[in-house]
This record gives sequence, C-alpha cells and structure tokens, in this order.
Amino acid sequence: MHPAPSIIIFTVLSGMGFGMLAFLGFDIDAPTGWAAFWFFLIAFALAVGGLLSSTFHLGRPERFLKAFSQWRSSWLSREGVLAVAALLTMGLYAFLLVFFETQVSFLGFLGGGLSLVTVFATSMIYAQMKTVPRWHNWTAPVMFLAFALTGGALLTGNVWLVKILLPILAILQVISWFDQDRHEASSETNIETATGLGDIGTVRSFEAPHTGDNYLTREMVFRIGRKHALTLKVISIVLFAVLPLVLLLLPFHHMLAILAVLSHLAGVFIQRWVFFAEARHVVGLYYGR
Amino acid sequence: MTTLPTHTEKSLGLVIDLDTCVGCHACVTACKGWNTENYGAPLADTDAYGANPVGSFLNRVHSYEVQPETGPAQLYHMPKSCLHCADAPCVTVCPTGASYKRVEDGIVLVNESDCIGCGLCAWACPYGAREMDPSEGVMKKCTLCVDRIYNENLPEEDRQPACVRTCPAGARHFGDLSDPESDVSKLVADRGGIELMPEQGTAPVNRYLPPRPRDKAPEMDVLAPFLEPVAEEPTGFLGWLDRTLSKVS
Repeated sequence: MHPAPSIIIFTVLSGMGFGMLAFLGFDIDAPTGWAAFWFFLIAFALAVGGLLSSTFHLGRPERFLKAFSQWRSSWLSREGVLAVAALLTMGLYAFLLVFFETQVSFLGFLGGGLSLVTVFATSMIYAQMKTVPRWHNWTAPVMFLAFALTGGALLTGNVWLVKILLPILAILQVISWFDQDRHEASSETNIETATGLGDIGTVRSFEAPHTGDNYLTREMVFRIGRKHALTLKVISIVLFAVLPLVLLLLPFHHMLAILAVLSHLAGVFIQRWVFFAEARHVVGLYYGR
Repeated sequence: MTTLPTHTEKSLGLVIDLDTCVGCHACVTACKGWNTENYGAPLADTDAYGANPVGSFLNRVHSYEVQPETGPAQLYHMPKSCLHCADAPCVTVCPTGASYKRVEDGIVLVNESDCIGCGLCAWACPYGAREMDPSEGVMKKCTLCVDRIYNENLPEEDRQPACVRTCPAGARHFGDLSDPESDVSKLVADRGGIELMPEQGTAPVNRYLPPRPRDKAPEMDVLAPFLEPVAEEPTGFLGWLDRTLSKVS
C-alpha cells in the first residue's frame, strides 16, 4: 500500500493525542490550572492535528461533514463520530480543570474511554480490509492501542508506567510482525483464484492493460517498502522502545525525557511507514506484482 | 445508505467469455467513450500526451500466460470491471453513503455529489474495479451503463452496456443473473461460469466462462514404433534430386 504522508501523520499523531487524553481522563488526580492547560493543549494539538492531516488525503475535503452519516456500517464514519464525541467531552473536562480547577471524574472517564475507542475505530479501518492480508487480523487494533497507551503515558509523564509499557510494546510488535508475515503467506488468494485460470496450469501476467501506471498501481501496488522492511523494522524498534527505555532508566533529567519522547515519536513514524509500505493488496496479483 | 440490501429484485451483470475474448481492448475504448460523455464526471486523463499519461478507466483488459503441465503455454485476455458483488465490501466501508447497491437491479453505484474521495472503497475492492478520477477527486466505477440499459431514447439493440454492444468477438454478455431462465444464466450453467476470487467472500454477480480445452496433438498408437517405415529412402524425383545433390556435395 502507498504510504501516504497525510495518513501516516494522522494515525501517529492522533493515536498519541488520544492516548494522552485517555491518561488525562483516567487520572484520578488530574493536573489543574496552567499545568492542565499545557497538557491539554499538547493532547488536543496532536489529536486534532492528526485528524486535520487526514483530510489532505481526500479528493473532496470540503464535503467532510457527510462522513459522519454512515456510522452504522462504516468504520471510517464511526471513527469520525467517536473522535468528535471524545474531543467535545474532553474539551469540557479540560475547561473545568483549567479555569475552575474542578475535576469531574465522570467526564474524564467517559472522555478517556471515548478516546481509546476512537483509536480502536482508526485501527479497524485497516483491520477490516480483507484485501490486505497483513492488516486483516488482530495486530492492527492491538498495536494501535498499545502505541496510543505508551505514547500517552510517555507524554503525561507516567515514567514508571512507561518503563513497563515500552518492553511490552516491543515484544507485542515483534510478535505482530511475525504473525503478519504468517497471515500474508497463508492467504488463500493468489493469481490462480484471481484469474480463475488455475485449473489449466500455472498463471503468469503476460501483459498489463497499459504501459504506464494507474490509480490502482500507485495507491495499492507499492513495492519499494518491502525491500528494506527488515532494516526499517530494527531501526524503528530501537527508536520507539530501546532508546527511550535506556534514556528513562538513566538518572531522571528533563532533557533526557524530551529526547525519549522525540526518539519514540520518530520510531512510531517509521513503524507506521512500514505498516503501509510493506502491506500487499490482492489487486497486485492482477498486475503480476 | 451504505448498508447492503438483503435482497435485490434483479442481479444485472456481465458474463465474459475468456475463450472468445481476443484482447482487442474495444470494450475499454467504448466504455471510456460512453462514460466520459454521459452520466457522471468525465473520465479524466492527466498528461495525456506527455511522458506519464494516467487516466481513470472503468474497464481494463489484462493478458495472462498459462503454462499447462504439458504442451505449449496458452494466452488469455481478461477484461475486468466492477463485478457488482452481492456482498460488496466497497459499499459498507463508505463513510458518506455515496456508495450504494440498488435494490431494483443490484447495480453498485457511486453518488458522486456525496463522495469525499477518501479512496477506502478502492482499498476494500479485491478486483481493482474502482479508480479515483484524477481531476474530479471522486471515485469512478462501472455503472453497467445505467444510462443506456433503461434509455428509451436509444434503439432497443443499443440498450445494453457499451462494452457489450461494441465487442466484435461476442465475448461479453449482459443480463439478469438471478433469473435461472435468462440467456446469461443458461450460458453460465452450460459453460461452468466461475467467480473471481471466491474466497474473498464478495459473492460477485459477474461470471467468467473458462476457456474450452485446447486441441491436442493426436495420440500415437503404442505399436507405431514397431511398424515398417513407409519410405526409408526418397524415391522418384526427390530420390533423383537426393542422389544427384549428394554427388555434388
């Protein structure tokens, strides 16, 4: 799949932002006043910034309001509805904390829950795609939520929790990469079922319908990513888990914490790039690649 | 609404004969022509005369080489367009309700004024039947020429999809595949028509007729090697030529 920058920025930033909102919502002793202001500013900037980035992927962004209508059937629509519900609830919760130093725990729990469900809905946009065997399994929801929680814990300064979450995240990631390989290898769809010509013999694409590219080959038959996938996976896991963990295990210093956040963020960006670039869509079979 | 209807009154679709298709791409051209000039946004091309021309098409013809266990490879041409699936995954993923399947005839359509161009339906389709228009930013797909098949301004013989009407080989057939008595259903039953990627669970309406078995070289009798050769040495004129040329060389 084509790793569109707008979608990578969207899933990384909004995942981290909603993870942060979840921690702020579930915090029984949440910050108030100016401290709360800065925390919520960062969380909202990430969540809303990510959502805005996603609109750059649209052919007709001016019609985005229509996307809230089909929540009964569409995960993309559900994600939009849930995101708005989470942001409004957390907005009210934050308003009361910042300006009235009042914590309404009910709002926090509701908003925090909605934030996590929003991340789940984002992951289901990918996990529902039967056409992409690498995505159509448990790994997308679990990893999207694990990244949101780890990023949220890191940005809200829950250092002891981050030290537990980072190794768990790394282990889950390695398992999910192997399991994604297995799902792709065991896919029942191949060029024989795609063409229905498998009964006669071995099928090979002889000639594409046209000499150039088209929307399908640009959007869904992206091949460069698979070449360096392993190297990128190692770099990403070092950046999002190993290096932050080492930095946080050193005697605490704010500069080290900021470096840990930046390293984690860079690692997640690479992880997400691989998530898209490595995924094969079955339509590639028709094009023999 | 992007939930799928539980039942459609008809299942209009195409039956494509892989045995007959000669790969001339006339259906591609006819489709592009009709659908650029009629219903919906025109099918745009960008950089049409430049180094990297890209355009949206609703129908494309692939060619495949099939190598049987014995004998020479065989070449087949495979036109591919929307298969108007009964369980169309492209419809349910749509966030705006632009994508829908019609109850009256089962045609899967896009309401272009509701489409936000998110491209998710193209991701959900295993067949590559949907393409984003490079100029309009909305999703384009085969309409089964919905503006021809019911169009009373056209002579009756033209009330079928442009690709079917134009096919010079008669490889494309159009009809109601939910009616077992229709010509297309009989054709599918006779020739053992198949679904593409049945394991994807999309329940496509369109069917492909598999190629008929190719002619094989006649079987040799097991006793043939023991038969007396008919002519060991050439005789007559060829014999004289053989002897004369052998003397010269």
